[in-house]
This record gives sequence, structure tokens and C-alpha cells, in this order.
Amino acid sequence: MENLIALLVAAPLLGAAVLLCGGRRLDAVGHWIGTVLAFVSFAFGVILFADLLGKDAEHRTLMQHLFSWVPVEGFQADVTFRLDQLSMTFVLLITGVGSLIHLYSVGYMEHDERRRRFFGYLNLFLAAMLLLVVADNYLLLYVGWEGVGLASYLLIGFWQHKPSAATAAKKAFLVNRVGDMGLSIAIMLMFTTFGTFAFGPVLDGVGDTSEGKLTAIGLMLLLAACGKSAQVPLQSWLGDAMEGPTPVSALIHAATMVTAGVYLIVRSGAIFNAAPDAQLAVTVVGAVTLLFGAIVGCAKDDIKKALAGSTMSQIGYMILAAGLGPIGYVFAIMHLVTHGFFKAGLFLGAGSVMHGMNDEVDMRKYGGLRKYMPVTFITFGLGYLAIIGFPGLSGFFSKDKIIEAAFAKGGTEGWILGGAALLGAAITAFYMTRVMLMTFFGEERWRNQPTRSPEAPSAEPVAEHHGEHAEPHPHESPKVMTIPMILLAVGSVFGGAFFSIGDRFLHWLEPVTGHSEGDSPVSAATVTGATMVCLIIGVGIAYAMYGRRPVPAVAPRGSLLTRAARRDLLQDDFNHVVLVRGGEHLTRSLVYVDHTLVDGVVNGTAASVGGLSGRMRRLQNGFARSYAVSMFGGAAVLVAATLLMRAV
Amino acid sequence: MSASAVHSLWTTAATAADPIAKIDAPKIEYGQLSPTLIVVCAAIIGVLIEAFVPRKSRYLAQVFLSAVALCAAFAAVVALAADGYGTTKAHIAAMGAIAVDGPSLFLQGTILLAGLVGLFTFAERRLDPEAHGNRVDSFAAQAASVPGSDSEKAAVKAGFTTTEVFPLLLFAVAGMLVFPSANDLLTLFVALEVFSLPLYLLCALARRKRLMSQEAAVKYFLLGAFASAFTLFGIALLYGYAGSVSYARIAQVVDGTVTNVDPALADTMGNDALLLVGGAMIVMGLLFKVSAVPFHMWTPDVYQGAPTPVTGFMAAATKVAAFGALLRLLYVVLPGLRWDWRPVMWAVAIVTMLGGAIVAITQTDIKRLLAYSSIAHAGFILAGVIATSKDGVSSVLFYLAAYSFVTLGAFAVVTLVRDAGGEATHLSKWAGLGRRSPLVAAVFAVFLLAFAGIPLTSGFAGKFAVFKAAAEGGAAPLVVIGVISSAVAAFFYIRVIVLMFFSEPRPEGPTVAVPSPLTMTAIGLGVVVTLVLGVAPQYFLDLANQAGVFVR
Repeated sequence: MENLIALLVAAPLLGAAVLLCGGRRLDAVGHWIGTVLAFVSFAFGVILFADLLGKDAEHRTLMQHLFSWVPVEGFQADVTFRLDQLSMTFVLLITGVGSLIHLYSVGYMEHDERRRRFFGYLNLFLAAMLLLVVADNYLLLYVGWEGVGLASYLLIGFWQHKPSAATAAKKAFLVNRVGDMGLSIAIMLMFTTFGTFAFGPVLDGVGDTSEGKLTAIGLMLLLAACGKSAQVPLQSWLGDAMEGPTPVSALIHAATMVTAGVYLIVRSGAIFNAAPDAQLAVTVVGAVTLLFGAIVGCAKDDIKKALAGSTMSQIGYMILAAGLGPIGYVFAIMHLVTHGFFKAGLFLGAGSVMHGMNDEVDMRKYGGLRKYMPVTFITFGLGYLAIIGFPGLSGFFSKDKIIEAAFAKGGTEGWILGGAALLGAAITAFYMTRVMLMTFFGEERWRNQPTRSPEAPSAEPVAEHHGEHAEPHPHESPKVMTIPMILLAVGSVFGGAFFSIGDRFLHWLEPVTGHSEGDSPVSAATVTGATMVCLIIGVGIAYAMYGRRPVPAVAPRGSLLTRAARRDLLQDDFNHVVLVRGGEHLTRSLVYVDHTLVDGVVNGTAASVGGLSGRMRRLQNGFARSYAVSMFGGAAVLVAATLLMRAV
Repeated sequence: MSASAVHSLWTTAATAADPIAKIDAPKIEYGQLSPTLIVVCAAIIGVLIEAFVPRKSRYLAQVFLSAVALCAAFAAVVALAADGYGTTKAHIAAMGAIAVDGPSLFLQGTILLAGLVGLFTFAERRLDPEAHGNRVDSFAAQAASVPGSDSEKAAVKAGFTTTEVFPLLLFAVAGMLVFPSANDLLTLFVALEVFSLPLYLLCALARRKRLMSQEAAVKYFLLGAFASAFTLFGIALLYGYAGSVSYARIAQVVDGTVTNVDPALADTMGNDALLLVGGAMIVMGLLFKVSAVPFHMWTPDVYQGAPTPVTGFMAAATKVAAFGALLRLLYVVLPGLRWDWRPVMWAVAIVTMLGGAIVAITQTDIKRLLAYSSIAHAGFILAGVIATSKDGVSSVLFYLAAYSFVTLGAFAVVTLVRDAGGEATHLSKWAGLGRRSPLVAAVFAVFLLAFAGIPLTSGFAGKFAVFKAAAEGGAAPLVVIGVISSAVAAFFYIRVIVLMFFSEPRPEGPTVAVPSPLTMTAIGLGVVVTLVLGVAPQYFLDLANQAGVFVR
């Protein structure tokens, strides 16, 4: 059975190879090849899942050793796969949501002439992400990690003819490199500390290692997680990454890739458990990001960017939970899974809206769309209810648990973290309600005005093209797009309840991550009540601002905070001033040093050697007598030196 | 000198027996000496050919004879090596005069191959334009005619060629074969003269720029004689010290294992001053031959003036033979003096590496440039010599083999680039050669990269081996200086490449002559050996390693 694990990775990898090497002759069927292989991988995942379920909780780990990758004395790295409950959860999420998004893309990318290539990249992404989660050592995980980064770069920049897309891809890649550097340093530290990279020996060997080393490793892992999961301070790429096609935003930047950081931290839980300082840093990053993303999400008028801010914020919740240690690991993963459903659904809904609105992304030019796209409205609405934590829907269960766990951390920290999480819940309710109201309710602001914001020129596929300045004709998307949305909506509605009732998810994951209840100063019921109050406040304010008053077609100037949030809370400005300018100054001064000092020394040496050469050359005057004198002198010195050596 | 002393010159038995007693006939192992004997015989036959064979047939007869002799001698070397004379059966032959061992055979093989390749370039007759309908080579029509005189013109018109160069080449090769295997000081000296005198003559034989050629030969001869005098004086002093010229005997006296004093030499024997001064003077003679600073002054003038084929042969084979002799002297005769000669040789190696590399920078003539390059390389090889280990010996052997093929090839390329005045050796004329004759320029670039020691060429493998041996032998500072001078040297090698490929060709620039298959073979062999030794050096390193032990 464990031999299936390699096939899990191999299926989409084969798809990527076939699609990318196959050339134009596969244009007609390429998208179906990619989709079918994604579903094949999903099928393998389901089979393996069934197999795992058939064993007792303690023996649910499958290992497959494929080959020795780097068989060097003292440096062993194997291609070995590990499938335990944690990996299994990810495998199902990745292949399940991934397959649905493949299916959706068949419709969404219908008019793109490079569709085959797009599916090749999607398959490559699936393969890399699966490798990341089934790897049994950090080095192999790193391969998947980089592969995911590559696929993400290719997909964000898929519409490479748009300078903004190319720039966004580059930005994502560069910011991710910073995080990758953290991971590679962490792996090197592990090697020097434990002499191996395999999960088993590393995580078992934690007990014999000093806390300082573990803290260093933990902080480096956190840096890696920040890069991949768009956490403060490496969050700046995620908003721009929305330049990619919407299915990419759904698959990579909502459901799967950005969760790699959470996976990394949960997988390395043993290290963090033994390094409280690193763990504290994780919770701080999570709490800051969940507020940061939420505030950015409130100010965006671009529907995809608003959802991107929301993603950042939701991942912040997961990171926060993962930083809480055994109290939070299970809930981090649970929220990750439910988020995978509802955020993918929301993005696909956003894509569907854009599909029907001539690629308009500005929510101020939407309004009243519920009549025109009922399926999109209902699925998006269910996703909306799930994310804000409406009782009974999946977000309610998973987010509530995280807030409880934050309080259960105990002490002042617990109060601060719990408070931040509660505040985040209120803001989430606000900005999601804002999105909902601006898009599907209110007056039809798209009438009698030209569409196509200048920022999003002719890139997205247009089903019914009416020319530059035509009024959009909102319509429902084809079945191939709505079916995945419906399926994801089902997951958004019932996922949380299914996982939570009877603590199914807890029992499933506990053998891998461990679990402790913690010591909460407030009762679970109180937390739930507080969350509900926050929810109502958030929704209420949003309704007051956007439901009862008409939405202006041009954004008002707004308060200082709003303006800052529109600019992503000045993250790019910060990076520009501190990193870009600083880097420029550094390079300029280095160039100056290079020109004056280094070149000076080099040129000076060259000149002096040349001068020496010219002077020595004059000794070669062509007279045999001078040559004989030189020989005689040489012989005399030789003899004298030899005698001198003896005398000394 | 008493009778018994004379006796001991010729036998190592050193039995101071009754002088009237019957002298044993010397025992000569002809089979083991066959490489040298074949070449000497062929040289003598070559002289007879000059005397008795009609002028028209001489060229073919000489080339054929020389080629056969060199090949046969090489086959004999291979046969001896295969028979185990390089390793297990290594011993001292010819009554103690000649050592047949690994280094001997390896160096003899190298010299024979270098001689063969040199022969190809000597025999080249398609490069110079035909003179009065006769194909001519690089050598003067008639060496005895005064340059520019009527007799010279008549000789050219008559289509004379100096086919004596072939026996001269063979004599030189014969001397070089003996030189590294000589096991007593007199054999060493005789071999030195046997290979030096033909070289002096060959240097004087250039067809063009004859005055320059003759000047070079005279300088070489004068300075060579001067150096020989030092060597001979050193030999006399060593004899005074040890009462013998045999290497083994001297080594024993140095070590103090022999105490019976020859009564005739009772006053001098064991006097360390004689040993040190004598040893230094012999070493000086050898350093002159390998062109180490400060005994290098002849090198650029002679390399430039001599006919280019002679320069190539001399640069390659002389260096091999002389370094072989130097190794044997330092490793077999004077190992007991290691702590005396090593510091001095350090200094010589340093000034040789730096001096050669630095002065080469400002050279404008390609042959002089290569001459200074050969000086710098002598310094690198000396670094390996100083290692005083088995690795040092084998690395030097490898370096010599690699270096000689690069050198022969490079000088063979120099013969191809010509203008109206013969070879165009001024560097400015090489500008843009890569655009006009990409193949020739590329081949030359390969040789230059090998000189510079760039990886994937034999130069890198050799330099690496030598520096490694030196570093392991405790000469790390020497290695640092060696690497620095390599960097300096790389400058002028690469400069020639830049000149060939990245400069505009001059309108009145030289043409590249199309050679006969002979020179093509010489160049092709150089390229092949350079690349093979660079890409897959291990087999040859192992070979040199097996050959790295001197018999005592």
C-alpha cells in the first residue's frame, strides 16, 4: 500500500512533464490530461486514506523508501516518503481542492491560447506541494518547497505580457527567497546539530539539544514559514500575486501553498515545544498578521485583493494556533482545512463574478449581482458565512477553537493573543460583509458606465466581449465552473461540523501532533459568546456603512488608516525605504570601494609589476659578458649560501 | 693523480689491488642500454650517409633513419619498462655508469617522443617558399657560407640543404638519454657535452636572420662552456671529497657509512667545504641547462635566435634531461645534504618563478615570451624537486612529460605564422589571427591555456601535482609564491589570446602557411596529449608514480 505514495506525487509530475514537453499537438486535450491526472492523484489519496482508517490510531504511518539520494559518508539523504495523519490531511486537501480547481480552470481558461501550459504548471504545482507534505526529511521537503515556489512564480506571471504580472511574479519569487534562505539555514543547523535531516531522528533528538540551538532553528523555520505563508514581515508579495489567473489565486494563494508554512511549523512541533522563545515569536507573528491582513482587507476595493488580505489574516490565525504548541496544533490544521474549502470557494466565486463582469475587479463597479448570478451568489454567500464564523458553518468551529486556545495559553500573553484573535474576528466579519454587500447587493452601479479598470487590461478571458466601453452583461458561469464552486460550498458548510462533532479531527491528528487542553481562564461558552458579539458588531457596522447607504462609485478619500490600508499598510513603502534604498546605498558604497580601493590595489599591483618587468628587462642587454657576470654572481651567491647554511 | 685513482675513475670496484693484475673486461649490459645505443648508432650512420649518399637522396634517407631509430629506441624503452626494469629489476648497469630505473626509463621515453616530434618539425619543407624550385626547410643552405655573401647565394641557388641536422639531432638525443640516467659524475659530464655541442651547432643554422642565429649560437656556446667549466670544477671537488665519482660511493661518504680513506686523498677526503662547494657548482651547471634564474640569461636570446624547430626541441628535451639529472643528483648523491641545499633551492625556485613570469609581461616577441615562460616553468618544476619525496619525483616526471608536448606544439605553431621575412614573431603581427585562421589560433590558445595551468589541460594537472607535492613536502610558502607567479604568468598568456581573438587584424598581417602532415602531426600530438593529460591524467600520474623511485 505504501508504494502508492510515490504514485501520488508521480501522477501530477507526469502530467507536468507531458504537458510541458508535449508541445502544441496536445493543445486540444492538454487541459483534460492535467485535470484527469489531478483526479487520479486524488483517487490515490482516497485509497491511502481508506487504508489508514483501517489501521489503529498508533499505526497510521506509511513509509516508502524510494532510493538513496545523496549517499555520502556522514551525509545521508534519502528519497523517503512518510504518510501519516498530518500528511494525509494535506494530501486530501491538496488533491481534492486542487482537482476541483483544475476542473474550474477548464472553463475559466477556455479562451486562453496557452491553456495547455497553464495546466502543466498547475500539475507541477500539485506535484511539488505533494512532495513537500509527504517528504520524510527536511532536505526533500526543501525540494518540494522550492518546487512550489517555482510553480507559484510561473503561475503568478502566467500572463507575462502584462508588466504588472511579470513584476508581481518577480516580487513573489524574491520575497520567497528570503524565507527559503531561512529554511536552508535551518536545515544546515539541523545537520550540524543532529547530523541528519530525517524527521524521526531530528524530532526525537530534540531532548538532548540545547535550547539555544533549538531556538535558532525554530526562528529560521519561522522565517521560512513567513515567506511562504505571507506573514509579517514577508507578507508583501501576496496582494500583488493576485495578478495571476483567479484559479491560481484560489489554489495557491488561498487553499494550499500559503499553508506550507503552517505545515512546516506543525511538523516541526517538537522543536518549537522545546524552544519557548521561538514559539512566542510564532504567536506574535501570527497575531500581528491576522490583524494586519484584516485591516488591509477592509480598505481594498479590488475584490481579489480584499480576499488576499483575508487570506493573510486567516493564515495568521493558523500560525497563531501553531505557535500555541500542543494546545493549538490540531486547530491550526483544522482551520487550515476548512479555510481551504471556503477560501477556495470565495476565490472561485470572485473569478466567476469577474467572468461575468468583463474582468472588472473593482467592487465599486459591482452591485446587485445576486439576481444575475444566483449560483455564484449562493456559493459565495455560504463561503462568506463560513469565514465569518456563522454558527454551524465550518469557520465557526475552527476559528472558535483557535480563539479558545489563544486564551488557554494563559497569563497576560493569553489575554493579549485571545484579544487580538477576537478583534480579528470582528474585523473579518466587517470586511467580508463589505465585500458581500458591495458585490451582490445595493444598486447596480455597473450600468451606464464603461468597465475595465485600467489596472486589469485585456488579460482575463472574456466570454462575451462587447468592446472597450460596453456595459457589462452579468451572467452565470458555465457548469464546469459552478460545479466546483458548489462542491466547495458543501465543504464550507459541513466541514467544520463534521470535524468537530465527536472531536473526530482531534482524534485523527492527535497521534502525530499531540494535544493538551491548556488552562483557559474563561470558559468555552464565554469565548463563543464573545465571538458572536464581535461577529454581530462587525456585520452591523458593515451593514450600516455599505448596506444602508449607497456605495460611491469613486472611493472617498478616507481616514489616514484607510489610506494607509489601501497601500497595504505602507508595507511596500517600508520595504522600499528600508531595503531597496538601503540596499542601493550599500551597493553604491561597495561599488565605490571596489572602484577606488580594490581596483586601485589591483591596478597598482599590475602597474608596479609591469614597471618591475620593464626594469628587469633592461638587465637582458644582449651582451654575453654581462650574462656571464650574472652567472658568476649567481654561482658565487649559491656557493656562499650553501656554505652559510652549514655555518648557521 | 695516482694510478689507483685513475683506476677508480673507470671501475667502481675500488679494489686498490695490484695495478699489474689483470684488468677484468668491463661488463656491459647491451640490452639494457639499447635505447641509447640505437640512437648513437643511427647518428653515426647518419654521418656516413652525409659522406656517401648522393645529395638528392640524403633528406629522405636521414629522415627515415632518424624516425626508425627514435621509434626503435622508444620501443626498447617500453620493452625494458614492461620487463620490470623500471620497478623491480631496476639496477645499475655498465659497471656503475648508468642507472636503469623508473625515472631513467620514463625520462628517456619522454625525450625520445620529444625527439620524434622535434624530428617532424625539423623535416618540415613546405613552410618556406621554394628557393629556385627547391623545397627548403628552416635550416641554412650552407652553414659555412658567410651570411649575405655570394657563396650563400650560390648555395641557395644550388638548392643545398643542411641535412646534417638529423645526425646532430640524434647525437643530442643520445646525450640526453644518458644525462638523466648517468650514475657517475664523469658519465654525467660526458653526456652533458654530447648533447650540448650538437645543440650549439643547431642553433646557428637558421635559414633566415642568420646573423641573429649565429649570435645566439655563440652566446649559447660561450655561456654553456662557462657553465660546463663550473660543473667540471665541481666534479673535481666532489672527487676530492669522496675519492670517487660514483654517485653511490659519494652518497655513502656523505652519510658517513664509508670510512676507509684513499691514502692519496687523505688530506681532502671528508672535507665538507669541498662537498658543499663542489655540489653547489655541479648543481649550478644543471640549473644553467634548465634555465633557472640567475643562470637564465642565455635563454631568451638563444630561443629567439635559434631556428624555431630547434628552439622547440631544445626547450622541451633539454629541460627533461637536465631536470632528470638534477633529480638524480639531489635525490641519490646529496640526500644527506638535504638541509643544506633545500633553502638555497628554495631561493632559486622563488626568483625563477617570479623572474620568469614578471619579465615575460613586457615581451613583444612570441619566441622570447615563450622563453621567459619556460623560465617560469623551470621554477614551478623546481618547487616539485624541492619536495624531496617520492611524490615530488613523480610529479616532476609528469610535469616534464606534459610540458614538453605543449612546448613542442607551441613552437610548431610559431613556425606556421609567416610573412615576407619568414616567421612573424613580433606579437603585434599576431593581432586578429583568430579571425583569419581560427583553427591555428584556437590550437595556440589551447597551448597557452596549458602553459597558464587552466583546468582540463595538462598544465593544470602538472602544476597541481607539483604544488601538491611541494606543499606536502613542507614548502607551502613556495606554493603560495608559485600560485602568485602563475597568476602573473596567466596575464601574458591570456593577453596573447585576447590579441589573437579580440583585436582587429592588421591589413599587412602575416599569413598562416599550410604545413605538411609532419608539422600537423607534431601540433596534433601536442593538442591531443595536452587535452588527454588534462582531462584524464590519472593513468599517467600512476605511471609517473610507479616510475618515481631511483635506484641507488
